[in-house]
Amino acid sequence: MKFGIVVFPGTWSEKDTQYAVSGVLGYASDYIWHDDDNLDQYDVIVLPGGFSYGDFLRCGAIARFSPVMEAVRIFADNGGPVIGICNGFQILCESNLLPGVLMRNDHLEFRCIWTDLRVENTSTIFTSKATEGQLLHIPMSHGEGNYQADEETISRLENNGQVIFRYSDTSGNVTSQINPNGSVNNIAGIINERGNVLGMMPHPEKASEKLIGSDDGNIIFKSLIENTITSLK
Amino acid sequence: MTVSQQTLDEIALSRTEYEMIIDRLGREPAPLELGLFGALWSEHCGYKHTKALLRTLPSSSKRLLVAPGAENAGVIDLGDGLAIAMKIESHNHPSAVEPFEGAATGVGGIIRDIFAMGARPIALLNSLRFGQPDNARTRYLLNGVIGGISSYGNCIGIPDVGGEIFFSDSYNGNPLVNAMCVGLIENGKVASASAREAGDLLLLVGADTGRDGIHGASGLASKGFEEEAEMRSAVQVGNPFLEKVLIEACMEALELPGVVGLQDCGAAGITSAAIEMAERSGMGLKLFIDRVPRREKGMTPYEVMLSESQERMLIAVTPGGETKVFELFDRWDLDASVIGEFELGSNVKIYDEGEQVCSTPVITLTDSPEYKLASSKPAWLDALQKVNMNAIPMPSMPPTKVMLKMLGSPNIASRFPIYQQYDYHVQTNTVIEPGGDAAVLRLKGSKKGIAISTDCNSRICYLDPSIGASIAVAEACRNISATGAAPIALTDGLNFGNPETPDVQYQLTESIAGITRAADAFNIPIVSGNASMYNESLGSAIFPTPIIGSLGLLEDAEIHATVGFKSQEDIIVLIGTDSCWDEINDIAGSEYLELIHGKVEGQPRLDLDLEVRTQEVCRKAIKAGLVTSAHDVSDGGIAVAIAECSIIGGIGAVITKALPKRWDAGMFGESQSRILLSLDNKNIDQLESIALSHNVPMTIIGFVKGDSLEFGDSLSIPLTVASEAWQNGFNLATSE
Repeated sequence: MKFGIVVFPGTWSEKDTQYAVSGVLGYASDYIWHDDDNLDQYDVIVLPGGFSYGDFLRCGAIARFSPVMEAVRIFADNGGPVIGICNGFQILCESNLLPGVLMRNDHLEFRCIWTDLRVENTSTIFTSKATEGQLLHIPMSHGEGNYQADEETISRLENNGQVIFRYSDTSGNVTSQINPNGSVNNIAGIINERGNVLGMMPHPEKASEKLIGSDDGNIIFKSLIENTITSLK
Repeated sequence: MTVSQQTLDEIALSRTEYEMIIDRLGREPAPLELGLFGALWSEHCGYKHTKALLRTLPSSSKRLLVAPGAENAGVIDLGDGLAIAMKIESHNHPSAVEPFEGAATGVGGIIRDIFAMGARPIALLNSLRFGQPDNARTRYLLNGVIGGISSYGNCIGIPDVGGEIFFSDSYNGNPLVNAMCVGLIENGKVASASAREAGDLLLLVGADTGRDGIHGASGLASKGFEEEAEMRSAVQVGNPFLEKVLIEACMEALELPGVVGLQDCGAAGITSAAIEMAERSGMGLKLFIDRVPRREKGMTPYEVMLSESQERMLIAVTPGGETKVFELFDRWDLDASVIGEFELGSNVKIYDEGEQVCSTPVITLTDSPEYKLASSKPAWLDALQKVNMNAIPMPSMPPTKVMLKMLGSPNIASRFPIYQQYDYHVQTNTVIEPGGDAAVLRLKGSKKGIAISTDCNSRICYLDPSIGASIAVAEACRNISATGAAPIALTDGLNFGNPETPDVQYQLTESIAGITRAADAFNIPIVSGNASMYNESLGSAIFPTPIIGSLGLLEDAEIHATVGFKSQEDIIVLIGTDSCWDEINDIAGSEYLELIHGKVEGQPRLDLDLEVRTQEVCRKAIKAGLVTSAHDVSDGGIAVAIAECSIIGGIGAVITKALPKRWDAGMFGESQSRILLSLDNKNIDQLESIALSHNVPMTIIGFVKGDSLEFGDSLSIPLTVASEAWQNGFNLATSE
């Protein structure tokens, strides 16, 4: 069971991700350089946060052309679990591995705040260790996390249970006041139709220990680890 | 005399200095040489008016690994094979002209100073000063500066964990933007900005060189301010993505066997970076200026030498080692070029297309003149200090109204609207986030943690530069101690007006004396610093602003204290004084006096012995697990401190001590050396015995209770109302 953590020029959450999955949870991980296209030795691929290629042109728009992304597409097509966090989510959308786009926050400012994510679907490989409606206390940090898609796509996502995290208040209410970036339906994280690719704006790897404010992010990684190990057997 | 006054003005050299150059060289300098002198003898690079004073700052400590001034930043040992490089630096003048890029490149510059030491940057702080917030230009500067810091810092993946912001008329037209960076060095791998032997190669890595920032050091940062609107081209443009990639490549390069030195290209560009490196190496240097990769065609050697294009570093490599460096930088899609070679000798020789265009002794260039001007206490200051505080009338509003006004003051209100625009979680070390007295970071792989803060109350420094500077040190340390950490090092960002005037010279001299006295009292060194002079507009100097950045060590990051009250029925205790309420003289220089009465006057006071002892008691109480919260009492006095503990903790407070007749002074006086603690009743005796053994007075002032602030019969405010005033104050004050 080994995590592959993709590093583009400008990625900055690769070390935090490695610390969370290897340092805290004790599973093997390696960095994958963006021009590497061999993912054979990995069981889970993480596209971590940061500003790949400086977010020039559009977040994720350049990274999608890196050689590693073709390999990630094949990995995902074969059912391999992929998680894109923040910039990783943006790259997954740009690569059409997930539907929709992440636009500039509606208030036009960068936001670094703690969020409470309501878990909307626990029958996914990313959330199986959470309980329905559980709140995950996880920080976000982005300027462009305003999730948007056409109405048809949104209703498909909603009906299929592909919206797995929503920004909520501390009591679990999903309101427009608590929406930190203007995302439609307070969407914070979605999965693809097959259920093996997750994109989320908040950073589970930044919530890996109580000392730094929360260890709720581990619920996502632990779910992923348990389900991946099961599938490997 | 061949040089025109206009040329001298452009590079900010005086006629006397020009003659000094001729005297030293024994000839007239060539135009390129003159440019080098202008840059290196600028106030910004040469510290002409401050270096004599800076030498008097305390710098000895058992923990000191790299002394101040010896390299790009000082380095302090934490034990366990860990060390910290830290430094604060100003980017005031560029930010006044082009706030977004000025602030962004200020952040970029200080980061390079830190990773040049082989340190992984782990935290940023920003100390900001602006003019009155209701002024349209202030808002433009404020939005630009915060946007620039946010844009650069967030992209680069270094958490922005603290700092301060303060508004005053004194900074109208001349904001202060000081950025501090803290870096972690593992296993004693401190890098040096020098070559080892003759024959070592000098490589320029990172960005191409353009025409941006020419005369930034000599022009923008080193003279008066009137013509600056036309100097926008002297402000550099930052590219945080490039810097992020450059950090990674340089950190990897330091692991290569042939790499012997790393140097930041900052103010005065290659000129300052390369020549300082030659000086530090005790060698001569050949520079092949035509080999510098350029952003545009037709640049002269003069322009290339003086460009302040960002995101460039110099690397010294033993011959043959350059191949590995090229491979590494190629992997990161970065340029690396050999632009020079160290040699035995003492001259810097510059070649363009094979032709030598300059050969100048290094020491002649770097040994800038040193001025120690006469200073005398200005008469106006005597008058301000002697104002009788009893003559200040009682406020016309009741205590509740004044309290809400104070909580909403742009100098006191919550800074959340600012720091929510900065990433303060990245690197996953942030134990105490911005909004506390100091930020606390854990250090992975060790039990230890560090606390960091910046502080300077410039109103107090204006009223008494010496005591004010001591108070800046005391407060910066008090912020640290209030988390439980022990202060171990300081960095200073000296921001002053024109040092050639007697008033400013007095402020400067007294401030340095004040810093020295306080640092000695805490027995900690100043490990690095920066001086920014000529901060004035329309002939009027800013308040003297010696910003102090402080570093503290927590033996166990888990054992720390935070500001917010935690539990109903906890007892609220004030240590450092046996009286709950301040006296009338304590409103000298206070936020209350300026906000309510529009005055900045009076004589500030500080008892350094008491300060040191009080902080020690606080740290011991936290370490022993006696207290549930700790908060430094500063701007806004005890009443504001209590309100902040309540608002942040979400629990009310009942203050049982009756307010004095001068309740305004009692509530909002700003006497020093006070820390507000809350604790369970069962721990009171133990706290008392620690306080007693350190001869520190303490007084029980009330209880953590309910959901309102209650000061006897005099004041009752629902916590929601107080919270709203404090949370919204900043946005209300700074929006139309």
